[in-house]
Amino acid sequence: MTLPFIMVLAMGVLFASGIYLMLERSLTRVLLGFILLGNGVNLLIILTAGTGNPPLTDGENLSTEGMSDPLPQALILTAIVITFAVTAFLLAMIYRSWRLVRADSLQDDTADLQVAITKMIDSEAEASTDYDDTEFGDEAESPITGAIDLDDDGTPKERDAGEDSSEEGSKGTTMEEKK
Amino acid sequence: MIDLLPVLVPLPVLLPLIGAGLALVLSKHSRAQNIVSILILSAVMVISLVMLFGIDANGPQVVAIGGWEPPAGIVLVADRLSSLMLVVSSLVTLCVLIYALSQDANDDSNETPISVFNPSYLVLCAGVANAFLAGDLFNLYVGFEMFLVASYVLLTLGATAERIRAGVTYVVVSLVSSVIFLAAIGVIYSATGTVNIAQLSERLSELPPDVQMILHVLLLIGFGIKAAIFPLSFWLPDSYPTAPAPVTAVFAGLLTKVGIYAIIRTETLLFAESSLRVPLLIAAALTMVVGILGAIAQSEIKRIVSFTLVSHIGYMLFGVALGTTVGLSAAIYYTVHHIIVQTALFLAIGMVEMRGGSTSTRSLGGLMVLSPALSIIFFIPALNLSGIPPFSGFIGKVALFAAGFADHDWLAVSLIVAGTVTSLLTLYVIGRTFNLAFWRDPADAEEPNEELVAEFAERKKAKLAGKPWKSQIGVPGSMFAATTVVVVASIILTVFAGPLWDLSDRAAGNLQSPVNYVTDVLGGDGS
Repeated sequence: MTLPFIMVLAMGVLFASGIYLMLERSLTRVLLGFILLGNGVNLLIILTAGTGNPPLTDGENLSTEGMSDPLPQALILTAIVITFAVTAFLLAMIYRSWRLVRADSLQDDTADLQVAITKMIDSEAEASTDYDDTEFGDEAESPITGAIDLDDDGTPKERDAGEDSSEEGSKGTTMEEKK
Repeated sequence: MIDLLPVLVPLPVLLPLIGAGLALVLSKHSRAQNIVSILILSAVMVISLVMLFGIDANGPQVVAIGGWEPPAGIVLVADRLSSLMLVVSSLVTLCVLIYALSQDANDDSNETPISVFNPSYLVLCAGVANAFLAGDLFNLYVGFEMFLVASYVLLTLGATAERIRAGVTYVVVSLVSSVIFLAAIGVIYSATGTVNIAQLSERLSELPPDVQMILHVLLLIGFGIKAAIFPLSFWLPDSYPTAPAPVTAVFAGLLTKVGIYAIIRTETLLFAESSLRVPLLIAAALTMVVGILGAIAQSEIKRIVSFTLVSHIGYMLFGVALGTTVGLSAAIYYTVHHIIVQTALFLAIGMVEMRGGSTSTRSLGGLMVLSPALSIIFFIPALNLSGIPPFSGFIGKVALFAAGFADHDWLAVSLIVAGTVTSLLTLYVIGRTFNLAFWRDPADAEEPNEELVAEFAERKKAKLAGKPWKSQIGVPGSMFAATTVVVVASIILTVFAGPLWDLSDRAAGNLQSPVNYVTDVLGGDGS
């Protein structure tokens, strides 16, 4: 079975550009990528039929000599219909996504981010308590006089108390500068 | 009886499709729609039970659709494995449907428009049944597409921002898997000239080994995405938890297992001779361990259980990858167990959400006191999942490990170690979840839910005063009943573990001799 080189090349280009577009974050490009990819596969299936005459007989000469294979053409019909339906659904979903968040890009998963942020805060808190215990806390062997007292959560006491009034807050920072 | 069986084979696909059409016509009359859906799925369940017993006694049934004899026409093949999967899936879909309908009846929030739910749900059931019965690679693809497209609709029901976000990931990933599968079919057809699985079973082994390898890997990647095998599992914990509870339950229970079913067919029928044992075993180990480590980091029950779902897919893959009859029968038993347990767990979580207002372990608490029945319903499948004796999870894992030891191989033994670690970590995750959501005082939660705290205090006061106390927030009885049926089914798996194990063993025996399958489908001489 010989295949036309240009068709094989076209299939390769469709696959390559389709996959490239699907890796984008923009949903419209993902859709375009899927359309290209889907057509690349359809082309692949139709190419498996090879080239030849239409699979028709006149009722007398029943030889299949020189005919192209009709089965891939039956398969491709189903594949085209499915690709078409899914494209329509995807388009509707992208439009809905744009209506909801006014953005044409894939949104981050908030619950995922929350897990990541919780882990980050936890590790920071751990780091600051270590810091507190070893050298600069009240229990240190030689406490630094004039240092800011830290709460359990690692924030300075003055700043915690004075969050309401900006004056005391600025006092806290001047103390830090003195140190 | 024998004459009846071939008539029954197409019905699990046909009936839900007819039902979907009827449900769409009746979309204005939700009561009639519900009755039609429940009747259809009950009929499918009875039919699949009859099929299972009939086929177990009389051997596989092959039905040529449209009267075109194989290999020219499309065939539906029902052997022991497919009819067993049909029985389990019809039980699960029926229970989830009843649960979903009673939830809808009690839900004013309008997040699940019922008129769309029923038809797409029935199409999903038809697609799953078609995938189990397909005797033709392209028909398998059509089955996959049927339930996938239905699942896109179900996952984005109501089209809220969160569901659309999750839906986009799910749809795009599923599309890529379908495209890979379709490309594999195209390449296989051009290499062998057929898409009939029985014929492929003969012709694929005649191809050069490198071509076989490419085709094998292409198919496995396509199915691996559907079955959520690491590293192709990233999409699952992201998209499943946002869907409505019953939808998540049926997805988690069934859809990944259809991928596993397709992998079983690929490994035993199509590429019985070219084995990818080592890479598959490594993928199984990674799936188990990485999945469960993900679950530890989460604080949302739905997400935790989605991660354990990924992790437990590793067990089934382990059994399939071993390639021995014992390994396969263990994988089949474990698949049946996992479908039922995972569904039960997600249905229970749906009720937790209804009862406690959320599924976050940061805000739940005190449910053990407030709703003891619910906590039992959650506790049994949770223990079952982590493989505590005497439940079926324990039996399945022991069978898998025994099959691994029988292999006398360091890789299989390290898989057993990974499996044990995963099982213990599952117990840890489940224990922590149960502790936080059910046992502690709701006031101790990081983000306390005021309603729960108030209710808990009220309950305490009533107990001190010796007065009877009744909860204001109830869970509908039919939801409870549907979940209880699934939980009871999971216990039945333990009680009747002997007969079920024998059945899986016979099914695995069938699979180990593809020659029989070929002669059944293609007739006497097998060519």
